[in-house]
Amino acid sequence: MEIIIPTINLASIYPEIVVTIFAVIVLLLHAFTPHHSPGGAGKGGDHLGYISFIGIAYATFLVFTQEGGTEYSFNGLWILDNYSRFFRLIFLLGTGLTILISVKYVKDEGINHGEYYSLILFATVGMMIMGGGADLITIFLGLELMSISLYVLAGYTRNRLTSNESSLKYFLLGSFATGFLLYGIALLYGATGTTNLKGISGFISESNFGNPILIMGMVLLVVGFGFKIASVPFHMWTPDVYEGAPSPITAFMSAGPKAAAFAAFARVFFEGLPSLQGVWVDLIWILAVLTMTVGNVIALVQNNIKRMLAYSSIAHAGYVLVAFVSANELGIGGILYYMLAYTFMNIGAFGIIIVVGGKGEKRVNVDDYTGLAYRHPVAAATMSLFLFSLAGIPPTAGFMGKFYIFSAAIKSGYIGLAIIGVINSVVSVYYYLRITVAMYMKEPESAVSGAESMPSLVFSTAMIIAMVIAAYGVLRMGIFPSAYIALAQQSHLSF
Amino acid sequence: MVPLNHYLYLSAILFTIGAVGVFTRRNALIIYMCIELMLNAVNLTFIAFSKFLNNMDGHIFAFMIMTVAAAEAAVGLAIILAIFRNRETVNVDDINLMKG
Amino acid sequence: MFYIIGGVAVLSALIMVTNKKPVSAAMSLIVTMLCLSGMYVILDAHLIAALQIIVYAGAIMVLFLFVIMLLNIQEKEGRLSGHKIFLQFAWIMLVGYVFISMVKLIGGDSLPARVEGSINGFGTTKAVGEILFTDFLLPFEIASILLLAAIVGAVILAKAKVD
Repeated sequence: MEIIIPTINLASIYPEIVVTIFAVIVLLLHAFTPHHSPGGAGKGGDHLGYISFIGIAYATFLVFTQEGGTEYSFNGLWILDNYSRFFRLIFLLGTGLTILISVKYVKDEGINHGEYYSLILFATVGMMIMGGGADLITIFLGLELMSISLYVLAGYTRNRLTSNESSLKYFLLGSFATGFLLYGIALLYGATGTTNLKGISGFISESNFGNPILIMGMVLLVVGFGFKIASVPFHMWTPDVYEGAPSPITAFMSAGPKAAAFAAFARVFFEGLPSLQGVWVDLIWILAVLTMTVGNVIALVQNNIKRMLAYSSIAHAGYVLVAFVSANELGIGGILYYMLAYTFMNIGAFGIIIVVGGKGEKRVNVDDYTGLAYRHPVAAATMSLFLFSLAGIPPTAGFMGKFYIFSAAIKSGYIGLAIIGVINSVVSVYYYLRITVAMYMKEPESAVSGAESMPSLVFSTAMIIAMVIAAYGVLRMGIFPSAYIALAQQSHLSF
Repeated sequence: MVPLNHYLYLSAILFTIGAVGVFTRRNALIIYMCIELMLNAVNLTFIAFSKFLNNMDGHIFAFMIMTVAAAEAAVGLAIILAIFRNRETVNVDDINLMKG
Repeated sequence: MFYIIGGVAVLSALIMVTNKKPVSAAMSLIVTMLCLSGMYVILDAHLIAALQIIVYAGAIMVLFLFVIMLLNIQEKEGRLSGHKIFLQFAWIMLVGYVFISMVKLIGGDSLPARVEGSINGFGTTKAVGEILFTDFLLPFEIASILLLAAIVGAVILAKAKVD
């Protein structure tokens, strides 16, 4: 019997291999080094975090060295193109920042384990596989690798009830969504006879594309991906999961996995089902309007800041869906640019939330930010910068991202959608500014509450590095956007 | 030979039973069993299409779904154990600290 | 043959969804899985049929039963508030609607044409293994990472005391 092995191009998966190896190294290092220090359980050194960070940095370097051009390998299951390279950079950036903001948090919470970083790295591998999968089976496995790691990370602070609850809800609804996604994939497979995206689009274009089974499969795929990107009406899990999960993990979930779900979503729909565009554009139009509006309106009345940012993250998914609807080169560039900007600004905001929250995440309400500017002007200024960016106020990355997305929508004739988007971002300014107003305009109530007043905030070195990177990214992308826009433009999918 | 659409009917029925179960049951363990049922229904769809298209990719997909289901089951039951240890319940209505 | 097995599968699935006791629900789910395994044999998927019994009915459901017995869950489905019932009803209507439209689709003539001809040893371990390790090598490797991540995660969550 002769076995023909397809081309194995290891060079195209080097970054994934490196991240996996580092995940295992961190795991083993924790297991085989003595960590029963006098500080007690979970009080290991910072080295685990820094080693993971080195792994991420090395993988980022490898992504930069990979040659340009579009290249299929592994029997058409894997694709290396500018699009997947750009998304890998977003994922690695999100993971790197998450690791930096975790270093102190995990020590405070007594969860400084190798497993924590290891799972973050595994989730990153999953995201990178989603970005580079050219076949539904690869995308599905990447999605599951990411989701399973996240289910565990959401419940990582095992003794906190909210964390348990967040993990359970995420797990049940996440696997429920997986069921829908898989059923959609099964119907697509049945209608076209392949799971390869190129094969699917080839089949559809040369045969009848009005096949109802195909449409049904596509609708189920929208449902499945809709859950993963937290679009309304599939968003029910988001607020609870984001509120209950440990803060660094919430930051991580709102940046990387969301970008990964968008990466896979866009690739499947633009590369696999472009002939059905007339059908899915309308569906996603509705999703985009609902997602933006519901996310922003509910965020207005939230007092818990993590919950508020959860709804804000739903709303941001809506803005990205606007770019999705535009479905032109500008639109895809918009998705890429916006996800990069969102990674910087959201992880930045969560960094400040972690610092203010302190040990045990006690101060997570908007009232806890009252008078922050009088005590910690730098922290307040940094937080304001990220909030301005989230609200889309110039000269920040968020403004450029929204500008880019809405102009893409107008260019393809969706003027109504663009207007709804602009109204929504005006509404969103209210709740972001509420935090800023609390920080700057109100006197701290230290005289009343006495000992209850805010203790001094502790910024660890890693946290400072993360905040500097995030703030630099937000300003740089806002003030000199052209280089990034050019990069996003040339990374659009060829379709 | 049983026609293809009968297999698809069966799988659609099982999928729907699973989905309804997820919405109606309150016990986290049983909800998870319903999700397993949905995944099984999907597997049946894959295998049936695979047979009728005379293409074995569907078998590989079913194989991978089983792998993933096993991994998810391990993680999911660990989550349920962790929550039971703290709360002494697996009823999803009792597990509701956060409100918004 | 198909109709008998299919009938039993649907029946035991219904029992699972309506049963109050987790143990009986798990048992009826095992019956459904065994029926599906029979289906796979009818469909010439021999390897998948064997794996269905070994992995699903064997490993996964035994894990479920372990957890059920370990936790010794007291039956308490509890009453639902009116609001919740309405919500559930709405969801069931939605799912039912999707189901009905799906049945309509499947009943139509939209199904793909049957491909004739036979692959040598269709569905056997050898044939599936051959494409698994050649054409689908990458997914296989990803699945191994996935299992590693799941093991790490399950251990960290279920361990009594972490140090």
